[in-house]
Amino acid sequence: MTVWQIILLASILVLATKMLGYLVPPRVLETPTASRTAELMTVALLSALIVVQTIGAGQGIVIDARLPALAVAAGLFALRVPFILVIIAAAATAAGLRALGWG
Amino acid sequence: MAAEAERRAAWRASLAVGLAVSAYGVSFGALAVASGLDIWQACVLSLVMFSGGSQFALIGVLATGGTAAGPAAIAGATLLGLRNGLYAIRVSPIIGPGVARRALAAHLTIDESTAVATAQPTLAAQRVGFWATGAIIYIGWNLMTLLGAVLGDLLGDVRQFGLDAAAGAAFLGLVWPRLRALQPVAVAVGAAVVATALLPVLPQGVPVLVAALVALVVGIPNLLGARARSEEGSA
Repeated sequence: MTVWQIILLASILVLATKMLGYLVPPRVLETPTASRTAELMTVALLSALIVVQTIGAGQGIVIDARLPALAVAAGLFALRVPFILVIIAAAATAAGLRALGWG
Repeated sequence: MAAEAERRAAWRASLAVGLAVSAYGVSFGALAVASGLDIWQACVLSLVMFSGGSQFALIGVLATGGTAAGPAAIAGATLLGLRNGLYAIRVSPIIGPGVARRALAAHLTIDESTAVATAQPTLAAQRVGFWATGAIIYIGWNLMTLLGAVLGDLLGDVRQFGLDAAAGAAFLGLVWPRLRALQPVAVAVGAAVVATALLPVLPQGVPVLVAALVALVVGIPNLLGARARSEEGSA
């Protein structure tokens, strides 16, 4: 697959999911199992993506400057610092550690 | 008078949420370019897919796995976008009839437009909240994606600027507001453990998909969940 094919196919699938929702009668959501599991699915995917982004390196694990950067981000989110500032602080942490020759 | 005040409150909420969310379109644009996409590919994702979590997921898998991980990247982005379908079911009565209007609303159905709309007290204010939030973020997110992609292109080696670490922080920011009860925290930890264990043994992108099964294992039997919580909050 080319990058363009991947982008277009994924975009169409995500957009189609939104459209499908408007064809479903709202009653479906009233089953608590459906809404609960959907919300937990989002949590599980995001959590797994954090792991892959932070210690993943191809098919394998590498501990580098990304891990302390994530720890800084967690601390700042806990302090309710705005999203964009946390992202900048995380990037700056990794950049700083690498400038010092680590990670 | 009261109705007018409620509509204005919906506008204020839309503006605050919309501007804040738009700002981090910059990080998406820059990370997309860092992941190997060109500026136009980054912009098409924001224009057509228009769902932050799915967009970050797609470029995250492509960044580590390249086009060989294409199927896993597509599956990850689509699974993460399933919640938009649930939001659509929820806001559908707010939008009302009309094919063109509902198709446009579908494109703007994301975390923030749904959250602002459903938080308003009246139908009129809910409509204002949905359309204003969706439109502000659509315009802002796309402009900032372009800006971020151009900047990322100029920066060159993004590892030097820590942009690869920003992606994990971005996902953490998306999951953070959802961790308010024991059940989601347990799922988050379980999924992280599964992903870590599988990273060295499965092809790129696949550990994320397997980790998502943790949600089914916990969610369907409602392990660790609040028992018989009142359901009127979701109506």
